[in-house]
This record gives sequence, C-alpha cells and structure tokens, in this order.
Amino acid sequence: MIDAYLRSFEAFSRNGGAAAPEWARALRLSAITRFETLGFPTTRNEDWHFTSVAPIADAALTPLTSPSGRVEAAQLAPFLFSDDWHQLVFVNGRFDAALSRTDALPDGVRVLPLAQAYDELPILVEQHLGRIASFDAHSFTALNTAFLHDGAVIHVTADVEVAKPIHLVFVSDAAAVNGAMHPRNLIVLDRFAKATVLETYCTTARGAGAYLTNAVTEASIGDGATLTHLKLQRESAQAYHVGTFDARQGRDSHLVSFSFATGAALSRTNIYTELRGEGCGATLNGLYLGDAEQTIDHQTRIEHVEPNCYSRELYKGILDGASHGVFNGKVYVHPEAQKTDGKQTNNTLLLSEKAQIDTKPQLEIFADDVKCTHGATVGRLDETSLFYMKSRGIDARTARELLTYAFAADVLETIELAEVRDGLEAATLRRYAGRA
Amino acid sequence: MLEIKDLRATVADKEILKGITLTVNAGEVHAVMGPNGSGKSTLAQILAGHPAYEVTGGSVTYQGENLLEMDAEVRAQRGVFLAFQYPIEIPGVSNAYFLRAAYNEIRKARGEEEVDPMSFADLMDEKMKLVEMDGAMLTRSVNMGFSGGEKKRNEILQMAVLEPKLAILDETDSGLDIDALRIVAGGVNALKRPDSATIVVTHYQRLLNYIVPDFVHVLVNGRIVRSGDKELALELEARGYDWLLDEAVA
Repeated sequence: MIDAYLRSFEAFSRNGGAAAPEWARALRLSAITRFETLGFPTTRNEDWHFTSVAPIADAALTPLTSPSGRVEAAQLAPFLFSDDWHQLVFVNGRFDAALSRTDALPDGVRVLPLAQAYDELPILVEQHLGRIASFDAHSFTALNTAFLHDGAVIHVTADVEVAKPIHLVFVSDAAAVNGAMHPRNLIVLDRFAKATVLETYCTTARGAGAYLTNAVTEASIGDGATLTHLKLQRESAQAYHVGTFDARQGRDSHLVSFSFATGAALSRTNIYTELRGEGCGATLNGLYLGDAEQTIDHQTRIEHVEPNCYSRELYKGILDGASHGVFNGKVYVHPEAQKTDGKQTNNTLLLSEKAQIDTKPQLEIFADDVKCTHGATVGRLDETSLFYMKSRGIDARTARELLTYAFAADVLETIELAEVRDGLEAATLRRYAGRA
Repeated sequence: MLEIKDLRATVADKEILKGITLTVNAGEVHAVMGPNGSGKSTLAQILAGHPAYEVTGGSVTYQGENLLEMDAEVRAQRGVFLAFQYPIEIPGVSNAYFLRAAYNEIRKARGEEEVDPMSFADLMDEKMKLVEMDGAMLTRSVNMGFSGGEKKRNEILQMAVLEPKLAILDETDSGLDIDALRIVAGGVNALKRPDSATIVVTHYQRLLNYIVPDFVHVLVNGRIVRSGDKELALELEARGYDWLLDEAVA
C-alpha cells in the first residue's frame, strides 16, 4: 500500500515535479522517506485515537500531478461571496489562471501560484516553505510535502493592509475521482501587515466518487501583524479531506481563525499556532455540521511559548444521523509563558440518537502564573426553550429548526467578514430550517 | 371560558396539584396566591401545556374544548398565553424574528394572512410604547442580556402582540422594582378586553394594587383553600399565609 505511494513519488519526481528548485526537491525526498517510515496513522496514535483513516489508506487514491478537469465560472459562483475579492482558483489541485483574479492587489502584496513564486519570490519561499508545518510526526503533512507542487503563496509587506479578502478556492470536478490532491499554501505577513485569507474546499461533482484533498497551509505572522483566516470545507459527501493550518506568530500579532466544516465522508482539520512573541494571541473558532455517516474531526493546538499571550477558542457542532464528531483541543503553556490567558469551549448539539461526539480538551501547563479554562458540553435541544417557543404558537418542528439554527448562530456571529457571516448563516438556516 | 375541575397533577411522581376546581369567565381577573411550593406555578404551566407535568385526574375545558388534549402550540394559537416567571433566553434568534414568527403562526391558525417584516415593524412601534421598550431590544437575541425587568416587559410585549383570550401571568412581579412593576401592570391593564380573561399568579399582594382582581384564590399544598374578592389579598398581606397553612393541615 505504501509502495504505491513510493511508485507515484518516483513518477512524479521524474515528470511533473521535476521543475522545482533543488531545495524543494530535497524537501520532498526527505518527506517521502519520512512518510515511508510513518505510514498512515492508526487509532493507536494518540492524535488519531477517535478517527480511523483506514478508508483513505485503503482507497488507493493516485496523486493528481498533471492538470485535469474543467470548471466554469458559473459553477464556482455558489462558493464565492463577492466578485471583487482577490482570488486564486485551483482545479483538481492545479492553478487555473482563467478563473483567478489578482489585478487589483495593492502595492506591497503578492498573491501567486507556487510555481510562479519559485521564480519571483525565491528567497521568501525557501525561507518559509516547509519550515513551519513539521512532517516529523505528521503522516499527512509528510505526504503533502512529498507531492508539493502547487498552491498559493501570499506575501504582504510591512505596514500594508489588504482591504479586500484574498480567496483561495480549491475546487474539484469528476476528473478528481480516485485521485489525491496535495495543495500547499504559504502566507507571510511582514511587520504590522494585515490580511484576510479564505480557503474554500469545494466540488462541482457531488456524488461522483471518492477523492482526497490533503492540504497544508503555513503562515508566518510577523510582529504586530493580523491574519484573519477562514477555512470553509464543503467537499463532496464521498470525499476525504485532511487540512492543516499551521502558524507562527510574532510579538503583538493576532490570528483570528474560523473553520467551517460540513462536507466530506471523513474530514480532519488541524489548526495549529505557536505564540512565539510576547503579547500576541489567537482566536480559533469553528463550526462543524455533520449528518449521515460523516466523520468530522478537528484538532487544534496552541503553543504558548512566550509570556502575556492570550488564546480563545469556541468550537460548536451540530451532529445528525449517525455522524461522528471529534474535537481535540490542545493547549501547551511553556514554563516561560507566564500570564497566559487561555479559554477553550466546545459545545456540541446532538440531533439524533446515533450521532456521537468525542471531545477531548488537553491542557498542559508548565508555568505557574496563568489563567486557563476549558469547558465542553454535549446536549440535545433544550426542552424548556422548545416549550417557550411552542407556548407562543410556534409549532414543534419550526421551534426545533429555529433552536438548532440558533445554536450555531452565536459562533457564526463571531465572523467579522459580513459576506461570509451572512452567507454561512443563510446556509445554516436553509439546512436546518428550510428557509433563508 | 375556562373551567378547571378537580385537576390533579404530578411531576416526577410527586403530586403537586391535589384537586383544583376553578372557573374563569370572560372579562374577569383572577388572582391565584399562595406560599412557595403551593403549586401555583405548576397550575400556570399545566394550563400552557408544559410537558414536564403529568395530569393524573380531573379536566380542563377551554372555550368548550378539552384543553389538556391540545399541544402547547395549539393552545397558544387558540388564545392561551403564559407570561413566564423565568423567561427563556434564546441566543441566535432575534426578538423581532421570534415575535413575528409567533405572530404569523397565530394569524395562520386564525385563517389570517401572514404579515411582512415592514408591516410588522409598524405594529411593533405601537406595541413597544405600551411597555416603554426601546427599539434596540428587538434586534437583540430573545431575552439575551436583558435585565430582570426587561425580560418581564418583553413577556408583556409578546402578550400585546399575540392578543390572547386567556392570559396567565406567572409571578410576573417577581424581581421587579416599583417602576417596572407599574409599567408591566399598566401594559396588562391596557390589554384587557371584555372578551378576554386574566389569571395573575403571585406570591405578593403588591401587584394586585395595580392589576385589580375580581377574585382571589389561595392555593396551599395543591388545593385551593380559600376564595374571595380583592379584600382577601389584603388580608393575606397583613396576616401572611401561616393561618391558612394551619387551617389546611387541620
């Protein structure tokens, strides 16, 4: 099984991947070697205890190393929020210039596909790519790095604020079926830069068959910089999705992350950040909506390395059918990280008897003067609230729908970007209450 | 309008109501008073259809129909309204959306057209004045971050919008300062109609200075131990409930 990946790697190294710079080819080689050792994680691995990736390992999905598929602008429209945002589109993992739009970028901002960045931003890419998301203990990151070939590079120079969001759209069509995509993105914000980046993972071929998206995004957030990062996972119901976001934060920087996960048969989203400068902080929020036999797994990891940093986490989930949610929130407070202020909350609403959630807060605190709290709740719709609504004449079904929507609404309200907030609120209302 | 006969009810196998008989006619205001734990809030919640209580005996007839067979939403659609002692917070649903949804459900049940948000806003302007509420409270989530007084005023606002035939106020006066009490009582009085009735459940006589009852009933240990006119409330205020507790035991 691993052999098939090694053979794919051989072919890729000789053909599609040959154009990369020397250092990138060396990085890929060490990554495939590491993957050969690690293999796919099993549920004996603590980080994968609740989620078996056997379906991915057994599916024999071939890396898509050459361009395939075709997506029309009109097919993309349902996944877009505005027609004047900066936008890079990748079809079946490969950059599509015709669907992309970067002509209105302000000075000091580059948004370009990886191949172009190798030529135009060689030093920046070499300095950061592969330096943040370690594959030492992460099979999927190792696999992504081994097949590193395409993705987005975003660079915002010091003091520049990018007013309009930058939207990275990873869309697949029927040609992706039985294939695997390994997009790799890099976001670098220099001192006091500010940007909003969305990553959307979607498909135009619902029901066509299985494929794997295994994406990695590395982010370097400089001193005093602010990155808002939104990840919207809307893959097809048969897809497998592993998405890792890994950030390093400088002094007084801010990361605001939101993960919305609703697609895929099996998905795992990793949101990691290291708070490496004093006074910086991260807000990691998310919403997962599961149904049928879906597995939706989130792992967050916040490393408090320096003193006086904050972290805030609110993850909510609504699980119906026989869906399975996992939330594992790790917070490590290093011995030097005094005055750490951390709060983590995970609330899950179970709509059916068969739905289940494994929630595991994991706080490891090695400093003595910190304030860290965590809380997790799992519940069903509140009968008192249902009665309250019914006592006002609202029928039982509508009351349930509204309360289900309302459960999700408060975490959606934390999204500052109005177009995305309103869009996700409407989608959630449609899903649970049949109206927008 | 409402005829309660020998009503018995339990919650978690504990008998709370032990045979309540009470008749309420259109145009009347009835006060149900009693010490803590006497069953008066239970009575209010059973009339509204709370699922936590099991009716084990007796009957409740509302406008000639068996009230106990109706779902809570049907009762509301037929004109029964309960102002909650502890109004529920519903994060994520705006007060305006909630009120309009309820209003339209009740209009639908009456065979009337649903109203659009614009015409509903006009209606709200008028109703909000009644309880001296600020328009900003409509955009906030239902009861979220409302003070005790604001929550109770919001209950009366809902009552004003839904125009019930039978309004049941469950300890609406609890936790209110005198100004808020005056506003709430003023709202209730303004909503009284000859074809509607009100049941005021309260621990204290104070509210009855503002909402003057035609009848006062004292509930002790799941039974009505005494009924009278508004003078009975004043007597309770002066003497407390102990003398009735003693009578109930004896």
